[in-house]
Amino acid sequence: MKVVLLGATKGMGRALARNLVSPPGGDPAGKPRRPKLEESKVEKPQIDLFLLGRDETDLARSARDLEVRGGRPVNSVGSAVCDLAKPDTFGPALDAAQRALGGIEVVVVTAGLFATQEKLEADPAFTARMLDANFTGTVLFCEEARKRLLARGGGTLCVFSSVAGERGRKPVILYGAAKAGLSHYLEGLDHKFRASGLKVITVKPGFVKTAMTAGLPVPPFAGDPDRVASLVLAAIERGAPVVYAPRIWGLIMLVIRQLPRFVMRKLNF
Amino acid sequence: MAHAQQLLSEDLAQITTDVPLSRGLGRSYGDSSLPADGDPLVAGSVLADRILAFDPDSGILRAEAGLSLREMVRLFLPRGYFTPVSPGTQFVTLGGMVASDIHGKGHHRDGCFGQHVTSLRMRVADGRIVDCSAIKERDLFRATVGGMGLTGHILEVSVRLKRVPSPWIAFESVRLPNIDAYVAALKEASATWPQTVGFIDCTKSGRHLGRGILIKGRWAEPNEAPAYTPAPRRERTVPFDLPSGLVNPLTVKLFNTMTYWKHFALVRRGIIHPETYFYPLDQVLHWNRAYGKRGFTQYQCVLPNEGGTDAVRRFLELLLARKAASPVCVIKDCGAEGLGLLSFPRPGISVAIDFAVNRGTQALVDALNEFVIKEGGRIYLAKDAFTRQEHYRAMEPRLPQWEAIRRKWDPERKLRSHQSVRVLGDPPVGVRARESETAEANGPIVSATPRSFPA
Repeated sequence: MKVVLLGATKGMGRALARNLVSPPGGDPAGKPRRPKLEESKVEKPQIDLFLLGRDETDLARSARDLEVRGGRPVNSVGSAVCDLAKPDTFGPALDAAQRALGGIEVVVVTAGLFATQEKLEADPAFTARMLDANFTGTVLFCEEARKRLLARGGGTLCVFSSVAGERGRKPVILYGAAKAGLSHYLEGLDHKFRASGLKVITVKPGFVKTAMTAGLPVPPFAGDPDRVASLVLAAIERGAPVVYAPRIWGLIMLVIRQLPRFVMRKLNF
Repeated sequence: MAHAQQLLSEDLAQITTDVPLSRGLGRSYGDSSLPADGDPLVAGSVLADRILAFDPDSGILRAEAGLSLREMVRLFLPRGYFTPVSPGTQFVTLGGMVASDIHGKGHHRDGCFGQHVTSLRMRVADGRIVDCSAIKERDLFRATVGGMGLTGHILEVSVRLKRVPSPWIAFESVRLPNIDAYVAALKEASATWPQTVGFIDCTKSGRHLGRGILIKGRWAEPNEAPAYTPAPRRERTVPFDLPSGLVNPLTVKLFNTMTYWKHFALVRRGIIHPETYFYPLDQVLHWNRAYGKRGFTQYQCVLPNEGGTDAVRRFLELLLARKAASPVCVIKDCGAEGLGLLSFPRPGISVAIDFAVNRGTQALVDALNEFVIKEGGRIYLAKDAFTRQEHYRAMEPRLPQWEAIRRKWDPERKLRSHQSVRVLGDPPVGVRARESETAEANGPIVSATPRSFPA
């Protein structure tokens, strides 16, 4: 599998990339952990990674990390600079990935910006950057990725949106608005191109304990990035169009979506 | 106590620019990873856990300071490498292993962790990023290894991993009737076995005083070990705080008697999982909750060899006289002093006990410290939450040398912890604020009063 990741230096993207090169229960050196007869004979396909992100040095450090974890030779994980705020970097970055990997099968986008509603309200300049990166930038990046995947007959485009985009809610009005737009776009993309072989997967994380949410009060059902990573990888294998992570958030949002407005006005959720 | 916030980021260099302390997984039993009262921020390293390089030939691993030992073992044990020195838990970061200069069951042979560290990258108090090692900036290196994070923020660590013949442990455990037999067996075992550890029943007096189980271990050779890699252990958990009085002299006695007689055979041998051998406590997550809300503290000291078994016996008698019931009492052998200026181990016998915190804890620790000072021993800062400054100074003749290096790198003592205020006499936050003019205008942030317990 040839995978391009945008945003793998941090948070859930980092967990996902690590899971790809060295699955948690598995053995990076390739020896079976337990000599189960059939299990040890199944050859897992080699997964090749290419990292995209804003900072060259940071990308290189993450690439080395993944190489050592996966027991791979130095410089076998490539990287290129790609910034959601700079659409002119998208094409060249994806082309570099395509050259390095010899074709792209999966594109994963975990990058994005976040701040609490209070901070965004107080800082319109950052709000503009956040809206631009999380919606405009991400959509334009997906357009570039989609074209390349379709050109080779399909593939998987897995993008991290958020449960914040499910319903207008007081603590995530601005962030949620961008994510709502993104989810909408991704849904449409899936409807249109599934038949042509392009699987679009929208990941909707609930509260996950990462640097992004550090310092916020931790609600019940908070998830951890490693668990999210396993759920997302399972979804990529199945081609499931929507993934809530942790799963319980699917149920929570089902309820939230049904609530009448007069209740939502009273809630601080 | 005022609440402080822990900054968390993958970019450790960025979040350590202006904070007084960084911490890893926060599992040291004392207050070394807690900010001084009134300090609002502490930098957390756990998300900075990237491996930067690994050379299979030399075994040298370079990684960011937040990499946990658990992850290191998971990744490298199947490839035939293990940490050169392992503490009793996997829930520790590389940075924490350096800051506490951790030692293990093999101290008599392998020394402390710091002896295997080839270089460190640190953010020092004036904001610069500095590389140090046993050759380069040697003073800073020696003060940082075992320096409890007070000489600078540890950002990256290079350490030489040890090659192991198989990922399994061959062990032999012996049941011993009293402390004399135990210490004699421990010293004898240390001459031939790379790893020795044991625990004793410190609730027994008289001729059974200090009866216990001694466990000797070595890495199994490929021909005696199973052909597959051990799978990670399943962990159980204590889901919530149990009532505070649950660990009491009666239950402790019962527990100790049970563990002693569980080892019914005089000698046992076998091949075991390395996690079972090195990290028995990790198998029950949040085991500390068994102590209830008031919690527990640990006390670990090393008693010099000169005092012999006699010193250990008198220590146990002191415990008995004070009715300090410890469910676990671990006795290990310590080899030569390492290069860390404040490293804990020195030639002698290390005794570690833990007990529930109550009104008598301060007085108990004071009494134990006075005993240790008389014996010429010292305590382990990573586990300490109660030692007084005058006691620590009395047992640590190397402190002035360490303080001189600290003064050179951090004259204003910008870096400090709850522990350094208590044990090293760093000015509490309120005092510092009054000294500086700008803070004078705003007033002290929080008035810091040292924790006091009725003596």
